[in-house]
Amino acid sequence: MRLARVACAGAIHAAQPQLLADGRAGVRLTDGRTLAEEEVVWLPPLEAGTIIALGLNYAKRAKELAFNTPEEPLVFLKGPGTLLGHRGVTRRPAGVKFMHYECELAVVIGRSARAVHRSDAMAHVAGYCIANDYAIRDYLENWYRPNLRVKNRDGATVLGPWLVDAADVPDPGNLGLRTYVNGKLTQEGNTRDLISDVPALLEYLSSFMTLTPGDVILTGTPEGAVNVEVGDEVICEIDGLGRLQNTIVGDALFGR
Amino acid sequence: MPLGPCIAVTMDVPPFHLSGTVYGTLLNHRTALQALGDAVNQLPYQAPPQAPVLYLKPRNTLASDGEPIAVPPGVAELEIGASLGLVIGRPSSHLSEGQAMDHLAGYVIVNDVTVPHSSYYRPSIPFKARDGFCPLGPRVVSRAAIANPDALTLRVYVDGELKQAATTSQLLRPVAKLLTDVTEFMTLSPGDILAVGVAYPAPRVRAGQRARVEIDGLGSLENPFVDRLS
Repeated sequence: MRLARVACAGAIHAAQPQLLADGRAGVRLTDGRTLAEEEVVWLPPLEAGTIIALGLNYAKRAKELAFNTPEEPLVFLKGPGTLLGHRGVTRRPAGVKFMHYECELAVVIGRSARAVHRSDAMAHVAGYCIANDYAIRDYLENWYRPNLRVKNRDGATVLGPWLVDAADVPDPGNLGLRTYVNGKLTQEGNTRDLISDVPALLEYLSSFMTLTPGDVILTGTPEGAVNVEVGDEVICEIDGLGRLQNTIVGDALFGR
Repeated sequence: MPLGPCIAVTMDVPPFHLSGTVYGTLLNHRTALQALGDAVNQLPYQAPPQAPVLYLKPRNTLASDGEPIAVPPGVAELEIGASLGLVIGRPSSHLSEGQAMDHLAGYVIVNDVTVPHSSYYRPSIPFKARDGFCPLGPRVVSRAAIANPDALTLRVYVDGELKQAATTSQLLRPVAKLLTDVTEFMTLSPGDILAVGVAYPAPRVRAGQRARVEIDGLGSLENPFVDRLS
């Protein structure tokens, strides 16, 4: 099952995919209403708990950034204000030189996990989403790198469109990821190239912290993250999880 | 609403509603930055911090006054990171220094418990995000009750013995400036907590000891440290 959370006509609803009579992509709300994709406001598909992100978790990406593969997973945390739904807009501050997307497999915890072994880990997964975890490299400093000014900006972690049940994703270790900027393919990878795969990440994280239902793990991005400019349409796609759309906007919209 | 695995933690403390999101600020106490000396200019840092260096204490770390905290296996001592916590009262984005204080609901004591580590180059999640590593309390004190948050004395006692006395007058970014610089890039929401920073050196505790953090006007927050939770 695929579930979205959308706002429509004054309330927030759960929604499932629905092909419209004219062939367009749409959604069906739980109360029976059917709407086109652009007629609803897409929210992140769940109210996330702890948001955990991985850096340098694809070997070629680490090489692209001139880093060795880390000895231990590079983990950082994000706050709830950074999340944004499908079809939203993300601000690129004036004057920055390098802001890039990161297409990532997001894992949603469904059952509490404390000191789980990787062989049992997958039973703790509720499902998966696509994440687009923007970064602004101009703001990188060498203190708790990547710092929150780079990775925890308002609306700069796009999540969705759907929460896809784990049962519908038989092999999360073999999913193609692609990013398109204005329709042109700019990033391509596969989760089989993860340095720490999903079971290994669950084992590692749960070795020192309890994971709780609703916690989200962003598993890292493959190579090919390029600069985006105001006006660009960025689509991140993962096999079986859909397409997550976002548009880059400038300061003016935010009164800055 | 209980949050995370620490069942005893109730984040609703009327009249304040806490969101459960807690941010900390690294190296914002003058003593903490000074302790690094010229290392801030060497590899891997190459320069002192420019923007506020923040981290999260996620929901599994939240604990209340009196709750036992487990010292992880293989770790001899933990640091007691006594900090003033700012409790946000209104949505706070892109604040000026003049507006900042009006956005606070109040203050609370935060104990940013940490496994001692020497490098701040990479985020310190395995050292800071363990279960129970962020006791808060004993209550939120309203903004009006504290005349000047930039002149508060913090004291840490281990088994009743005074181990640290520090003051918020030594913050590199005082409260209003910190709120301004943080909300430049991220919105803080009502009930979020921003811990302003820990003084150096942070006192240490072993299993079997008790740590008490006191801040002028905010009361005291005391937790026992144990080998393992029963």
